[in-house]
Amino acid sequence: MKYLDEFSNPDLAKKLVDQIHEVTTQPWAMMEVCGGQTHSIIRHGIDQLLPDEIEMIHGPGCPVCVTPLEMIDRALAVASEPGVIFCSFGDMLRVPGSSADLFRIKSAGGDVRVVYSPLDALNLARENPDRQVVFFGIGFETTAPANAMTVYQAQRLGIKNFSLLVSHVLVPPAMSAIMESPTCRVQGFLAAGHVCCVMGTHEYPPLADKYQVPIVVTGFEPLDILEGIRKTVIQLEEGRHEMENAYPRAVPADGNKPAQEMLNDVFEVTDRSWRGIGVIPQSGWKLSHKYREFDAEERFQVTGIHTAESALCRSGEVLQGLIKPHECAAFGKECTPRNPLGATMVSSEGACAAYYLYRRLELVGS
Amino acid sequence: MAEPLPAGPGNDLDFNAWVCPAPLRDSPAIVMGHGGGGALSGELVEHLFLPAYGDAAADAQLGDSAIVEVAGGRLAFSTDSYVVKPLFFPGGSIGDLAVNGTVNDIAMAGATPLVLSTAFIIEEGTQLAELGRVAEALGAAARKAGIKLVTGDTKVVDNGNGDGVFVNTAGIGVLADGVDIRPERASVGDVIIVSGDIGVHGVAVMSCREGLEFGTTVRSDSAPLHGLVADMIATGADIHVLRDPTRGGVAASLNEIAKAAKVGVAVVERDLPIPQTVRDACGLLGLDPLYVANEGKLLAFVSSDDADRVLAAMHAHEYGRDARVIGRCIDEHPGMVVARTGLGGTRVVDLPLGEQLPRIC
Repeated sequence: MKYLDEFSNPDLAKKLVDQIHEVTTQPWAMMEVCGGQTHSIIRHGIDQLLPDEIEMIHGPGCPVCVTPLEMIDRALAVASEPGVIFCSFGDMLRVPGSSADLFRIKSAGGDVRVVYSPLDALNLARENPDRQVVFFGIGFETTAPANAMTVYQAQRLGIKNFSLLVSHVLVPPAMSAIMESPTCRVQGFLAAGHVCCVMGTHEYPPLADKYQVPIVVTGFEPLDILEGIRKTVIQLEEGRHEMENAYPRAVPADGNKPAQEMLNDVFEVTDRSWRGIGVIPQSGWKLSHKYREFDAEERFQVTGIHTAESALCRSGEVLQGLIKPHECAAFGKECTPRNPLGATMVSSEGACAAYYLYRRLELVGS
Repeated sequence: MAEPLPAGPGNDLDFNAWVCPAPLRDSPAIVMGHGGGGALSGELVEHLFLPAYGDAAADAQLGDSAIVEVAGGRLAFSTDSYVVKPLFFPGGSIGDLAVNGTVNDIAMAGATPLVLSTAFIIEEGTQLAELGRVAEALGAAARKAGIKLVTGDTKVVDNGNGDGVFVNTAGIGVLADGVDIRPERASVGDVIIVSGDIGVHGVAVMSCREGLEFGTTVRSDSAPLHGLVADMIATGADIHVLRDPTRGGVAASLNEIAKAAKVGVAVVERDLPIPQTVRDACGLLGLDPLYVANEGKLLAFVSSDDADRVLAAMHAHEYGRDARVIGRCIDEHPGMVVARTGLGGTRVVDLPLGEQLPRIC
């Protein structure tokens, strides 16, 4: 097991930071699409090292944050059913629905389990044939193949007591929606590297062309992010707007073909609701007809749960870069990771939570 | 505030309404986070236990250990319950933890531990062979620590009402004259020392939990630290604070000390001794090693004049061989812990809320 220490090397980071300073001659606003990138930028203090002219706008790519409230409520309803083993990635457990979160369901006797791989949930179904096992399949194109694999295997192995609560969303439609917004300030994108590992890069040249923005496929370690920023700034300074791959060690142009085939088999594109934003057409996946029997929404009849979201916080503006998290009056007061008012405060990858966890010092001082 | 946006072309997108949740109300029932050693645990003590105990709560903190004056002498008294799953993990077991955890709580007051009680709560159906292995491990740990097990209790609960074996131990130690080691004594200018690699125990336990088996050679660091503490005190240095960073890890301990002493704590990430294996496991799981539990490490706050001789004494002891300075107490941002990142930025190291949750991706 080997992680990625080399890509945090301070000396190499300094070289990249120096180069970014050298090439920057005017203000530029760019969006890192993925919440993992936001987390890394704030966690390592990367934004503090950039020229004042460079503004990072924190994008909507946090799967926890964009899962709509009504889907959380559906999850809570399923997890409360007697006999159900409800499996989820860890950071979904604290996301509040309209009256509780999964921790509270667990505390009240629900069998809620954190799993690290969706296939662990399928194993639980095999080991507990008299129980219904449900996996909460959320996330972008990144998590989708592993989730797709569960129902593919369930069908192949004839495992009837497994189902998937699907809330998958897609990155390119969200990028289009952001660019279509009349107050959009985004001049360039750091595209989500791990989404591209799966899907490849072919979806981005048309977007770069249509919206006249550089789109640089970027990784998640400090050096990856600095390299993505550097390439984006160079394009902006030179007046270019192209798709560039700054994460070639992980992203082949074609992506992961077997994963794409599985996604095409298991899922079909559908309209999806994004938490607080509303429905973006053709921006998500649901189970295809062939696998519909594994749809937890149908099995537990929770499709009728529709929850209206209240308009208390300003994370919509945070999302677009119109305000920074701490410019919201509720930030750090009514709204904290403990009592999140908005999606962006819920997950550690949300922009507000990242600011709260790592940036309170200077914000208190300012 | 920005103007509300008109609806986007062809759909009804409304970014201004980008909200998710209703506020998370305070839970009416216990959630796992209340036992995580973070903010939720602290609030339970502050808002439920202390008001209920009233004048009976002699020490308003109900901390890891208490100092009691008896017949002119001072005793350190501590109790702790152990609920780890699985019962056996690489490098240790619940038996080791039950001895070393309580021994260390006493040692962190600067006291010499003498005796322990052991109480078992056993679930009906638990195999005697397994219970026997736990008892063997507990006995071996006590012999190694040189501490006597002087009283005990055994209870059995119905099948399904427990989780195999729970163990409680309480311990008593004696405090030498002149020793005054407690969080409130941390002072601006103090050097912060950690006795060795951090994050090891938590990763060892996680590596064998259900659904998370991953190949790692990390073994728990569970160890009794009273010998190391005695050697540190014997240098004659004025040790202000000692703390074993168990649940909530180094981050939780530093936050508690910063708040208790009203000082700022500044640590340098590059100086944190984090083994590659711990770094790798935490990277994969989306965890921060600063929040991962340790069971055989201590943090020491000493005045900078004393740092060298304390470090020398630690380096001469088997449990302090890799001791190093990781930060200082400063007069800025009192009550807060701030880390300088490897790249030269800064970040706040907050008190964990409850348990750390692995990130989705």
